[in-house]
Amino acid sequence: MSNDNLQYEKKFLPGKVLNIGMALLAIGLIVGALAFVLDPVRAGFSYLLGFFFVLTIGVGALFIIALEYVAGADWSTPMRRVPEFLGSSVPFFLLLAVPLFFLMNDLYHWTHTAAVESDPILKGKEPYLNISFFIIRVVVIFVLWSAYYFFVVRNSRKQDETRDQKLTKKNIVLSAVFIPIFAITLTLAGIDWMMSLDAHWFSTIYGVYVFSGALLAGLAATTLAVVMLKERGYLHPRMHNDSLASLGGLLFAFINFWAYIAFSQFLLIWYANLPEETVWFIRRWEGAWSIITLVLIVVHFLVPYTMLVSAPSKKNPKRLKFAAVWILFAHLIDLYWLIMPEYHGEKSGFIYVLTEFGFPIAMIGGLVVLFYFNFNKHNAVPVGDPKLERGLMNRP
Amino acid sequence: MDRTNKLYGIVALFDTPDQIIHAAEEVSGKGYKKFDVHTPYPVHGMDDAMKLKPSKLGFVTLAFGLGGIAAGLLLQYWTMVVDYPMNIGGKPFFSLPAFIPITFEVTVLMATLGTVIGMLSVFFRFPDNKHPLHETPYMTSVSRDKYGLFIGANDGKFNEAEVKELFSSLGGKGIAEIYEPERTLYDAFNPKFVGLLVLVALLVSGGTYFSLNKLMYMNPFNWMDHQFRGVPQQASDFFADGRMMREPVKGTVSRGHMPYEFADSAAQPAEPLANPLVASAEVLKLGQKKFLTFCSPCHGNHGDGDGRLNGQFPVPPSLHTEKLQKWQDGNIYHVIAVGQNIMPSYASQLNVKERWAVVTYIRALQKAGNASKEEVQQYRKENAANVK
Repeated sequence: MSNDNLQYEKKFLPGKVLNIGMALLAIGLIVGALAFVLDPVRAGFSYLLGFFFVLTIGVGALFIIALEYVAGADWSTPMRRVPEFLGSSVPFFLLLAVPLFFLMNDLYHWTHTAAVESDPILKGKEPYLNISFFIIRVVVIFVLWSAYYFFVVRNSRKQDETRDQKLTKKNIVLSAVFIPIFAITLTLAGIDWMMSLDAHWFSTIYGVYVFSGALLAGLAATTLAVVMLKERGYLHPRMHNDSLASLGGLLFAFINFWAYIAFSQFLLIWYANLPEETVWFIRRWEGAWSIITLVLIVVHFLVPYTMLVSAPSKKNPKRLKFAAVWILFAHLIDLYWLIMPEYHGEKSGFIYVLTEFGFPIAMIGGLVVLFYFNFNKHNAVPVGDPKLERGLMNRP
Repeated sequence: MDRTNKLYGIVALFDTPDQIIHAAEEVSGKGYKKFDVHTPYPVHGMDDAMKLKPSKLGFVTLAFGLGGIAAGLLLQYWTMVVDYPMNIGGKPFFSLPAFIPITFEVTVLMATLGTVIGMLSVFFRFPDNKHPLHETPYMTSVSRDKYGLFIGANDGKFNEAEVKELFSSLGGKGIAEIYEPERTLYDAFNPKFVGLLVLVALLVSGGTYFSLNKLMYMNPFNWMDHQFRGVPQQASDFFADGRMMREPVKGTVSRGHMPYEFADSAAQPAEPLANPLVASAEVLKLGQKKFLTFCSPCHGNHGDGDGRLNGQFPVPPSLHTEKLQKWQDGNIYHVIAVGQNIMPSYASQLNVKERWAVVTYIRALQKAGNASKEEVQQYRKENAANVK
């Protein structure tokens, strides 16, 4: 083949990307501030929504990196830098969690000591659900995630210069250690931040549910960035459209995985019909929430399923780009559906719904800014990775 | 296989995957349509080299999958709603969430079977067992370690000399002509082929029989015969009272239970209940049925106290006494529900509605047995047509 000798040349993202990110950040912060003035409690919930939306993209991206190393996959090597850039947001979340520590009293009922004393269920959960242990858990979890990010990305970037194959082996070990830790920590993070909004309720599959959403978000964001960068020629010139098929396939697989987990959670609770468990679904079936619940099934499962079911659609860049944006949007609705019904305040009205999206927009803007700086500072292709050549030849 | 003189196509063998990819690119580039590649394992990039369109098999899968959804839902709808509706946990008969797992299973099963059957019948032309390439040295080689290329004689551009020339210029070895096999009406009954089908059928059914009827009865499966579970009337060393059967939680009432507030007092209540039933034909019929079953053995068919047990038992009172005529409905109800003197309570035989129906029927008996002359004449006048 004639274009075999083409090699990757570093290109820089235009300043336009930075401007878009900054604009989103500014608009989001202004709207978020407005939300905070209108109703600090509701603003706290919307902050949690934005926090978790971008966090799930980041940790999903970390998991994709870990998966590539552990599985020895080569198809994803040419595009591995994209999840690395997306994962760069993870260390910042320890900082972003600080406002939530101050808002805890508004968000979490179990932080009210008087209420806990008079409530035998909350009293029983107190050894786990108390403020100091909560903060310790959050710090430990974010330190673990950040440590994985720093080490894996440092090794990956060092390889660009040294071309040392031992670095790949080191990263395989790191990833193999990280995956079980990730399974536990993400479950705990989901329980701590979201499930404990209703501290009386519990679901043993909740952690898997959060994981399915996180991996889907990470995959969708990676797909979107890879397709857009590839279309504009920022990635390796020899990368073939066919190597997108695996991204499309994984998106399709995890759409089904999410639906499977979400339905499993619902079916068991619906069948057993125990009041202490059904209360969570009943809250999501009251008033307008029933519409959002039904919309979630259509938007998060049926539409992306039909979009990606055929084999050619998994390789089609246009289709993939659309599906990725769609899935990210669906993931936002999913988190909204998980978090917002627990808002216990009185304030309701269109202006509040509108301002709720301030913080998510701001955090997305922040992610774009981070992506811009990371992209321009580092190679967009892991040029020193021994698996790169095989990845470029890969034609599924 | 006997062969005719009709040429089916020409084949060539190649040594490496790179050669076969190159050869496939050249052949498809030259505009040949009826050509195929045979390799011992899937070679990456072959679809592109051959310029293949995406397989149509997916549509077969889709059709069978949709059929599976419909079949699964229909099966459950028919069995659970129409033919044998059963109340499971108070859920509606048609409960979509409960139906989804089975619908999913049926969908996957139908889609998989459909794909295999579709592949065999449409693409392999099952039960045609005489593909011209079968039983050739070519097929033996490509099943082992060679990469084969084939161009069909039905291709518009086919020319025997040109094709051979092309193959040898690409580095092909073992270039050979393949002739159409002799076809007869009974090809599908080829003993080898039929024998294989029979063998497969025997193996599958034998294996199923063995696993379901023998294997599953061996330890440790035992069809789950030995389980830890309690059966009625069994002693239990788990529960404190030593019995396996449990009592309902205190205060439990059965569905439709209506408490009777005077159930504990033998004496007549000061303010008896009022009869909630209207004396319709339906109520009287129910009352008559229950009266004849439970009351008539002692009180007699017409309530005269001349029942079949007369003489073997203390004589029961007539229901036509002045005292009883003056009683309110609730007094009679009380006697049925609680009992009186030697008469036991009939609460466990008659439910609330049936008790009131019996009361209503007794009222009708009293009316019929103690009517005045005027009333009889009045009745005859109104029902002149029916009464002789």
